Amino acid sequence: MKRSNKPVFWALFGAGGMLSALIGPMLVFITGIAVPLDLLSRETMRYERVLALAQNGFGKLAIVAVISLFLFHGCHRMYHCLHDFGIHVGAGLKAAFHGFAAAGTLAAAYLLFLIG
Amino acid sequence: MKTYRRPMAGWWKRNPYYLWYMLREASCVFITVYALILLWGLMRLTQGEWRFEDWLESLATPKSIAFHAAALPFVLYHAWTWFKVMPKTLPYSRTPAGVIVASGITASVLCSAALFVAVWWFGLWSLP
Amino acid sequence: MSRTIAIEVLRYGPETDAAPRWQRYDVPFTDEMSVLEGLQYIKDHLDGSLTFRWSCRMAICGSCGALVNGTPKLSCETFLRDYFPGPLRIEALSHFPIVRDLAIDQGDFLKKLEAVKPYLINPDVPAGNTFVQTPEEMDRYYQYSQCINCLLCYAACPQYGLNEKFTGPAALALLHRYNADSRDAGKAQRMEVVNAEDGVWGCTLVGYCSEVCPKGVDPARAVNQNKIESTKDYFLRFLKK
Repeated sequence: MKRSNKPVFWALFGAGGMLSALIGPMLVFITGIAVPLDLLSRETMRYERVLALAQNGFGKLAIVAVISLFLFHGCHRMYHCLHDFGIHVGAGLKAAFHGFAAAGTLAAAYLLFLIG
Repeated sequence: MKTYRRPMAGWWKRNPYYLWYMLREASCVFITVYALILLWGLMRLTQGEWRFEDWLESLATPKSIAFHAAALPFVLYHAWTWFKVMPKTLPYSRTPAGVIVASGITASVLCSAALFVAVWWFGLWSLP
Repeated sequence: MSRTIAIEVLRYGPETDAAPRWQRYDVPFTDEMSVLEGLQYIKDHLDGSLTFRWSCRMAICGSCGALVNGTPKLSCETFLRDYFPGPLRIEALSHFPIVRDLAIDQGDFLKKLEAVKPYLINPDVPAGNTFVQTPEEMDRYYQYSQCINCLLCYAACPQYGLNEKFTGPAALALLHRYNADSRDAGKAQRMEVVNAEDGVWGCTLVGYCSEVCPKGVDPARAVNQNKIESTKDYFLRFLKK
């Protein structure tokens, strides 16, 4: 029987799942509800503050970790969801979903590099 | 030997347990879209203050609020089920399952609280 | 005065039926009667053609599994009183081909069971032909040794239903039972099954298998512990060479 390559994607899925389980809800609340509705001051996400975060070493790490791991977690599960709905999923779709997450990771890394 | 094979179509509608499983799995769509929203914001950040302000404004639109309001219960359900299932995914230990679940949820609550305090009080720029 | 419960059984006879059909029986019952005894009443008094497997009547042989109102159960430890007045729907365990009425073709499972080498593999037998094992060592595999091969977990598992090549909960739990046994030395021989796409990686942790298991085996835990083992094996194999 051929050895599966799942462990690579599962490890990324697991890391993303753990991160999103620990801080996902609060992140969604802060950026998507509290700040836009001014429950938390709009100043919290002011340009200068977010830029300072993105220019900080730890800040860069945090941003790329959240974007990348959330994407790998979500895409891996979406791929499996298709299978659960009875849609035939092959190597092509597997590459597309995980490739998408990888592309998002590279985009985030590149943008953070641009910010300096 | 002639046998009869029953079809699988619609299997997840046949049992409440499966429906909850599908809801858990559906959380992945919200997590993916949320990550893309953040990525979009990061891109706007590189394009300067006015473009970034545009992104902030878009977060305040009814559609965006509705999306995040819908996403929140799904992400919470993901977190809940993630820790409920953790006793089954960890290597062998004699620790009772309930203790593992409680530890995970506590960690999540603490991390969430720390994040909220960090954002609200200190501002994240005060990191070393 | 005994009460009567309506029982609907999914009938299928390969010689006569193109597809299964529901047949209703009205069964007088008493409070102690199990669903199995209800089926036996039907066969003895109402319809001798009804076909179903059973043996021990006490949840240890694993023969009498069926879908009771859509839930995989052992019919000998499920009680008619809990479904009164009915209709109580009884169907063959899902995800298996129906041979006749409630009897399924378990051939696929038996092949999977053979493939996991469900026996102690150890060329080094200690002096006196006796292994010694501490209670802690036994605790590592004991729950997985309680499997009675009843196949309720396969009926519960949608991944097995969607993909018959998936090794499945019970076979993987039994694989783990031997890998985790301190007397066994055959882990390397079983890793090929673990590491395959249809090994542990066919599982998405629906978890329903462990919910329906009548013996508390917790196959979901056995399978998912081996995802870590498989991942370790994947990344560390280069160190072994």
